[in-house]
Amino acid sequence: MWDYTDKVKEHFLNPRNVGDIPDADAVGEVGSLACGDALKLFIKLDDNKERIVDAKFQTFGCGSAIASSSALTEMIKGKTLDEALGVTNQEIADFLGGLPEEKMHCSVMGQEALEVAIAKYRGGPLPVHHDHGHDQEQEGEIVCKCFGLTDGFLKKVIAQNRLHTAEQVTHFTKAGGACGGCIPKIKELIAEVLGEQKQDAPKKPEKLTNLRKMQLIQEVLENEIRPQLWTDGGDLELIDIAGTVVQIAFRKACAGCASSGYTAKFVEQKLRDLVSDDITVEEVAQ
Amino acid sequence: MKEIYLDNNATSKVDDAVFEEMRPYFCNLYGNPSSMHFFGGQVQKKIDEARSRVAALLGADPAEIIFTACGTESDNTAIRSALEVFPNRRHIITTRVEHPAVLTLCRNLTKHGYRVTELNVDGAGRLDLEELRKAVDEDTAIVSVMYANNETGVVFPIEEVGQIVKEKGALFHTDAVQAVGKIPLNMAASTIDMLALSGHKLHAPKGIGALYLRKGVPFRPFMVGGHQEKSRRAGTEATASIIALGKACELAGQSLEEENTRVKGMRDRLERELMTIIPAARINGGGAERLPNTVSIAFEFVEGEAILLLLSEKGICASSGSACTSGSLEPSHVLRAMGVPFTCAHGSIRFSLSRFTTDDEIDAVIRELPPIIHRLREISPFGRELLK
Ligand code: FES
Repeated sequence: MWDYTDKVKEHFLNPRNVGDIPDADAVGEVGSLACGDALKLFIKLDDNKERIVDAKFQTFGCGSAIASSSALTEMIKGKTLDEALGVTNQEIADFLGGLPEEKMHCSVMGQEALEVAIAKYRGGPLPVHHDHGHDQEQEGEIVCKCFGLTDGFLKKVIAQNRLHTAEQVTHFTKAGGACGGCIPKIKELIAEVLGEQKQDAPKKPEKLTNLRKMQLIQEVLENEIRPQLWTDGGDLELIDIAGTVVQIAFRKACAGCASSGYTAKFVEQKLRDLVSDDITVEEVAQ
Repeated sequence: MKEIYLDNNATSKVDDAVFEEMRPYFCNLYGNPSSMHFFGGQVQKKIDEARSRVAALLGADPAEIIFTACGTESDNTAIRSALEVFPNRRHIITTRVEHPAVLTLCRNLTKHGYRVTELNVDGAGRLDLEELRKAVDEDTAIVSVMYANNETGVVFPIEEVGQIVKEKGALFHTDAVQAVGKIPLNMAASTIDMLALSGHKLHAPKGIGALYLRKGVPFRPFMVGGHQEKSRRAGTEATASIIALGKACELAGQSLEEENTRVKGMRDRLERELMTIIPAARINGGGAERLPNTVSIAFEFVEGEAILLLLSEKGICASSGSACTSGSLEPSHVLRAMGVPFTCAHGSIRFSLSRFTTDDEIDAVIRELPPIIHRLREISPFGRELLK
């Protein structure tokens, strides 16, 4: 049985804002019966067409899909359209006190429906998402045929949620969860996103305060190094920073891995390249 | 909240009498049956008795029973044994609707050079015997076809399958985990070479199973080591569990008739009433011969996990053939193989009864389920159309 939070259960048992708005300003529909979940979102704006005064939903799906839809409608009421567009799937999950990772696609579906609704209201091309039917033009190439998901959509979810394995992408979007034929392509997309993130990574700064240096070390570990280890099923934890000595402990596949000494050197080189030349990395057992 | 347990195909309650039977063999009569002293010897006698009880339920000879740790072990043992016995035969036949204990193994074996044929089923979950006849050839080492399906309860015509298999000299194995104790079996007049059963589906504890191995059928053990089970399955006997399985089989034999009268009657009533009250529903495998205790029912435009969670709120335990409960994202492989329409493939629920099920419990489901389906259809963008 899923370990749902009380908030998820409560929103599933007593969903808020079920129904429709006959004179809605915006309607967004995502998913389908065949996919196993679907959400239809109705939005009503105030007279100045600025703020969302009402939101209603209809959902076909599991408990967390219904709870996520309920949470979404509660979260966007009172927001301007731009504010609503800023709602991320993580925020929907957080509102519910978290979702099991396998169920994160429910929160993504909520965010998607919202984007579709607003894009339709504003006109112009639909965001790169699911197959929306054939009435409107869509960008991107379909990567997952089973669930009709485009590369643009997958890359966006990968980047936003810092996903680093194909399995996570399945949990967040369902892509890869049926025939699995798209998994190699998903791995390519993850590598692409990681590559793009690397390019925007900060170049080594000139002079650093101690505090800034420590922050930078943490950032590089989080954004550059750990995602690389993750792709091989490994991980590390930062234990301490004492002056120029960075102490780390290897986790998961890296722990006890015969080449962890090599990995430690790699970490050191990265930190020297991106933070400061005098850093040394020490592996500690913890 | 008192549970209403209708998920007996997943696992079942240990019968109190079974528990009493096994209880002394933990703290008091803990001897090793292989020992030379009286203390182990008395356990050996109980194990012999258990073996006879299991054999009696199957209509088999006690020497044909090998105790294992579970149904999965029995299945794996049988299939791997056949492949070792026939090193020159590289073909396996099974069905698309098998339990993962068989299906996953077979699919893994394709990576080791074996050819695997997965037989199709029709919309009611039935096999096409002609397809089997065409598939089995001189290269076929083993045919593994389940006796009854765990999700739908559909029973396969095992003896007809066996006839076809025997014509080509292949071995015939059946995963009978769901059938044993629910329908009468008689190995003495059967074509089955090997049969897997599991204790916890028939009111014995988890962690005990058995493999029926017909006398004279060549065999290679899966677990090697000591001489236990006549060197057919090494490892110290799980004495208490074996004794429990024996008792459970004895009781199952005594309640076979009840399973096929009272239990079946409750299942039929549940099915009939739900189909009458709830529109746009269908029985998966309704057109086929089925186990007396199982019903798989699909509701259009709603999703199975949501139904289960709401049932669970009322204390009702069922299971679904749907994706979301298992973490997989597709409807179950069984329902897909049957081509259940996509409008309801995600909304299938399985109730599996036992001799401990009561009429009151069935009444509770008939009372609680219709409003749950109605409610979910009100929430569903597709279901609303239906309610209009
Ligand atoms: S193409 Fe993505 S799961 Fe089938």
